[in-house]
Amino acid sequence: MSASLGAIFGPGFFGSAPVHAALAGGAIVAVVTGAVGLFTVLRSQAFAGHALGEVGATGGAVALLAGTSPLYGYLGIAIAAGAVIELLGVQRPRARDLATGLVLGAGLGLAALFLYLDTTASSTTGAPVTVLFGSLFAVSQSMLPEIVVLSAVSLAIVVACYRMLLLSSLSADLAAARGVPVRVIGVAYLVALAVAVSLAAATIGAVLATALVIGPPASALRLTKRPGLAVLVASVIGIVAVWLGVLLAYDSFYWPPAGTGWPVSFFVVADVFAFYLLSGAVARLRQSARRQRRAREVADVAGG
Amino acid sequence: MFSGIMTTTWIAATMVALVAGTVGFFVVLRGAAFAAHAVPHGSFGGAAGAALLVGIDGSILGVSGTIVGLLVFAVGGALGIAWLGRRGRHDVATALSLVVMLGLGLLFLSLSQDYAPAIYSLLFGEVTGVPSYDLIPMAVLGAACIGATVLLYRPLMLSSVLREVGEARGVRGHRVETGFLLVVALATTMTVPVVGVLLMFSLMIGPAAGARCFTDNPRTAILLTVAIAVLVVWIAVAVSYLTNWPIGFFVGVSGALVYGVGRAWTAHRVRHAIPDGGRAEPVAELA
Amino acid sequence: MNASPAALPEAVLGVDGVSVWLSGREVLHDVSFTVHAGEFTALIGANGSGKTTLFRVILGLLAPGAGSVLIGGRPRARRNPMIGYVPQKVFLDPDMPLRARDVVALGLDGHRLGVGFGSRRRRELVEEMLDAVDAGRFADSRVGYLSGGEQQRVLIAHALVGRPRMLLLDEPLANLDIGAEREVVEVLGRVAREQGIAVLISAHDMNPLLPYMDGLVYLASGRAASGTVEEVVRPEVLSRLYGQHVDVLRVHDRILVVAGADERLPALAKQAGLEPGAVALR
Repeated sequence: MSASLGAIFGPGFFGSAPVHAALAGGAIVAVVTGAVGLFTVLRSQAFAGHALGEVGATGGAVALLAGTSPLYGYLGIAIAAGAVIELLGVQRPRARDLATGLVLGAGLGLAALFLYLDTTASSTTGAPVTVLFGSLFAVSQSMLPEIVVLSAVSLAIVVACYRMLLLSSLSADLAAARGVPVRVIGVAYLVALAVAVSLAAATIGAVLATALVIGPPASALRLTKRPGLAVLVASVIGIVAVWLGVLLAYDSFYWPPAGTGWPVSFFVVADVFAFYLLSGAVARLRQSARRQRRAREVADVAGG
Repeated sequence: MFSGIMTTTWIAATMVALVAGTVGFFVVLRGAAFAAHAVPHGSFGGAAGAALLVGIDGSILGVSGTIVGLLVFAVGGALGIAWLGRRGRHDVATALSLVVMLGLGLLFLSLSQDYAPAIYSLLFGEVTGVPSYDLIPMAVLGAACIGATVLLYRPLMLSSVLREVGEARGVRGHRVETGFLLVVALATTMTVPVVGVLLMFSLMIGPAAGARCFTDNPRTAILLTVAIAVLVVWIAVAVSYLTNWPIGFFVGVSGALVYGVGRAWTAHRVRHAIPDGGRAEPVAELA
Repeated sequence: MNASPAALPEAVLGVDGVSVWLSGREVLHDVSFTVHAGEFTALIGANGSGKTTLFRVILGLLAPGAGSVLIGGRPRARRNPMIGYVPQKVFLDPDMPLRARDVVALGLDGHRLGVGFGSRRRRELVEEMLDAVDAGRFADSRVGYLSGGEQQRVLIAHALVGRPRMLLLDEPLANLDIGAEREVVEVLGRVAREQGIAVLISAHDMNPLLPYMDGLVYLASGRAASGTVEEVVRPEVLSRLYGQHVDVLRVHDRILVVAGADERLPALAKQAGLEPGAVALR
């Protein structure tokens, strides 16, 4: 028994401090992104969710220049970008995606500039990779309190606005008719999203944060139509994906090429994608089972 | 700045702008900004993979390994978006295709240690980053893109504007979507070495988003889009050469600027009710 | 519609015994009717009664579980140039750089490859069609900026420019104000008469169409009854369709269909000075 366990969990896995931090931090981030991401998917704003994370590269680069923690860089720029997109005030989905894209383009252009200044200023050639791709193992114990606090903020916003957020995400007109301040809710949601995305960016990298914000909620929505349950399922999928990713990344130190290990962010993304495909298959199976059952009922009624 | 190695850059940049403008018009028409961002961005993974296989300067079948890698992942990404998009939400499909490709790219990067410096120019473009032997494949790809767009012009317009009617006339939306995404994949592959993976899409959507604010005629709009794209790229190359700042910066920022100018003009037009044949104000607004 | 075949203009659309099952449910059962050239026919039914499904079958986008559809005497197939189609709820983005005349031109050859450089003949056809629907005034306006009624007319011109034998419109009057409604119906009536085109419109309210209707197909519970208004809109016929008691009320020129048995209704109707046998719309 312990031999097979040893095969799955590489030596020293449970005792390693970076692993603990990664598991803890990753789990918290998975819960937040699961909750906020659900509304992102419902509102068809996956691009905005991605853009806020990616534009974090700019913030990360600025933070590097300034010498502060990249997390605050991600956060600042995500909120700024979210504010600009909201201010551009386009409500039609196509036009909104266009505005998001252009803000992202401008942001990335700035990131290009800052990273260039970074490399010339401090000659850190690994800067782009660190900022863009991050690593869960880089989550130190000291970061955990910040992660917890920010996660609490983001979740608090979602919980406080839950009903109104749900209604305005499913039908803006209906929500407005019921007296929901749609614009205000939209801004609150964007702040929650900016925080969640920044947290994800700090852990698995600006560029891959999208995976946690979009993947698990989209998978959950294929499995259940009830929003409350979907948030739960999304969080669970996220946690499993992250923990599995950490485990695989840890084990991969023993895979070829030995000694380097494969990046944890890669595994997390692979897990998220696998869950999405799986949830699709499950959904299709249930649908065909339902159809067969109904056809049988019709046949019974007709025959009987 | 007009001699020697820069000649290649000017030619490449102009080709890039011609293709970006032409394809970008339809990207904006179809509201495919996310896909236009995702396909080149994800293709980065392919370049990393190629570098892993044959080394940074290696070639595959006589063509630069980087371009082959970009092409394979761009096409793969386009097909992935089309396939996933048929079975689920479209923006989710795009997001997941993107992160999977990037995840793979990250993996390839980490497995080949000596790639770090070249990442930057691949991501953000480099003014002198186009070796002259790449001009031929670039020209071929570019011609193929423009040719495909011209060929698909009418069904693309019909399917983009009146999808249901197109279906009834035999223009299947799924086929048009897949074909269009493949054109985007080709377009972004040839342009990435100049403008970079991350800012290529800015060149596709910025000029198109701005141009359509100045005219109601679709053919004028396309020509204007291409003209603006060429102008943007020329200025970007010149200033980048002079300041040594990354070309991607200028492209990204000008894309947003062009859009801003266009929006300002539209607002001005609406406020002053400049007649355009009868009406100046959008009557139907969808929340 | 029930006269001997020899005296009639030819049947452009023949629907015979069409049944459709979707997700295990029978949405349409044994639907049969004919539409002839130059006839203006309404397909009336509540939302969800299967009107759009029936249209999809006619257009060749959906295969029926039983029955057949003949267009101009030939089995229906996709890409049928004989049908001009105007779908419901078309959203024309105000940001699109497309003029009304560009949309109409797409109706001519939008399905063919290439760019289609404008010949004079092409431009004349487009002009002609724009005039036919009174859209000349805003032919060069951005199509996304036009009002609902104006957009509807542009879409009709788009469908007509290819010279179809039949025009199929899915709920063209939804979301239009009364004035725009009247404009659109008037254009359609004129087109049917002058160009000998068969027009089939789906709607949930038959009243705006009454002045121009030559006949109707009433769809309820997946079943259809077809004929003239007098033949179809009767309590017996509709009650059989709905499977429950239905009353038909005529108020001035308007017809109301009321479902559900209520013995007080005839007495109430008399009190209000209405014809007994009036119908209230659900």
